[in-house]
Amino acid sequence: MMDIQFQSFIPIKKEWDIVAARQQGRDMSKQIGFGSVDQARIATAISELARNIYLYAEQGKICFEILDDMEHKGIKIIAKDDGPGIPDVGKVMEDGYTTSGGLGAGLPGIKRLMDYFDIVSEEGKGTEVTVQKWLR
Amino acid sequence: MALEKYKNLLKQYLETEDEAALYRADQFSKKSLMDDISPDEILQIHIDAMLDLYPDLSKDMRLSLDFLLETMISYGIAHQEFRVLREKQLELKSEIEVAANMQSTLLNTNIPEVEGLDIGAISIAANQMSGDYYHFIKDQEDNVGIGVADVIGKGIPAALCMSMIKYALDSFPANRLNPKTILRLLNRVVERNVEPGMFITMFYGFYNKNENCLQYASAGHEPGLFYNAKTDSFETLEAKGIVLGVEDSISYNQFTKCLSVGDMIILLTDGVTECRKGDQFIETDEILQVIKEYLHLPAQDIVENVYRHFERVQDFDLRDDFTLIILRRKE
Repeated sequence: MMDIQFQSFIPIKKEWDIVAARQQGRDMSKQIGFGSVDQARIATAISELARNIYLYAEQGKICFEILDDMEHKGIKIIAKDDGPGIPDVGKVMEDGYTTSGGLGAGLPGIKRLMDYFDIVSEEGKGTEVTVQKWLR
Repeated sequence: MALEKYKNLLKQYLETEDEAALYRADQFSKKSLMDDISPDEILQIHIDAMLDLYPDLSKDMRLSLDFLLETMISYGIAHQEFRVLREKQLELKSEIEVAANMQSTLLNTNIPEVEGLDIGAISIAANQMSGDYYHFIKDQEDNVGIGVADVIGKGIPAALCMSMIKYALDSFPANRLNPKTILRLLNRVVERNVEPGMFITMFYGFYNKNENCLQYASAGHEPGLFYNAKTDSFETLEAKGIVLGVEDSISYNQFTKCLSVGDMIILLTDGVTECRKGDQFIETDEILQVIKEYLHLPAQDIVENVYRHFERVQDFDLRDDFTLIILRRKE
């Protein structure tokens, strides 16, 4: 396996880029030592984040970072776009709000897949979602 | 450890193909559900168990299990979402229960004790909160005012709306307002305070104890019934009037019905007349039949028995709030 840098990012412009982002996340989480369920969860979270960019913002990027604070290891993923932003973040964080539309896990789903979740969104400026998962 | 347990069960099954192992697998899955283990985690346990039991598992097989795991991740999310929604639902339910208790305290009205009158009343909500309301008031001369109201619609909006009727009624002076005046005043309150599209039907009666007559008026409410003891027959208390909340200035007509000993006034809401048997509405005749069956009982027992009858007819699942009041002139 190719050695992976401490930090990296994948630009998201076309649907194919979602696959590249998943691959990058999976390789990194494998290297960190995540088991296969967690690898799959991380890949799914990345998939959702990248898909949101592709569908709603048209372009953006997914950044990856290996976390290591001596005590434990983990992965940090930041999804960033300059898209239209989300007018009411509270609403999209509600369970059943996006999933009922059949759009996938939605933001609450991503939050569940990971250990840490944060979102900053400004209408007209863009959205930045940060997630982390720790190795147990 | 779930993994050890699962591995042993799986091993037992693979060796024996025994139904007992399958039964234990069933128990295992119920326990896992209780412990909130999601489907993808079960699959992970399965994969780990298989790799433990068969270290030489073919590569294709191994990869196919990983592939399957990938397809289960979304089910795992859905499982968790379901759990959260279920908790939320329980929360809501208990919150509504509190509100329903509060409503019954707020709307509480006592059936007055009046010499020469036997009064029975029952009001049951279809859901937790009621859109029906009845109100008794007794003045110093032992005359009795009776209001029965029904918000079109049921549940919480209807219940909120009903509190307004209660407070409006309470704010009126206690001395002898005519039924038609009470309805006219209430109509103004409702018209001003309720969104268009929400209506309230209401019957208001004033029983004059000395004359033994009921003066009444109706705002589009289900017609009351009169039981004539002498002829052992029922008649409808016709009183047409427009429902509360449609227009600002409306006046209502007022009627009078006098009671001989044994005669009864029966007031109800459409939850009674619109009881359904399967797909069909019951006929008014059937209600009268049922009331007749219990005529020998005190008024409160009649209304309770009638309610029990229709509760059973509807398979114990009320479709609308049910209110029934009986007022009988005694010796």
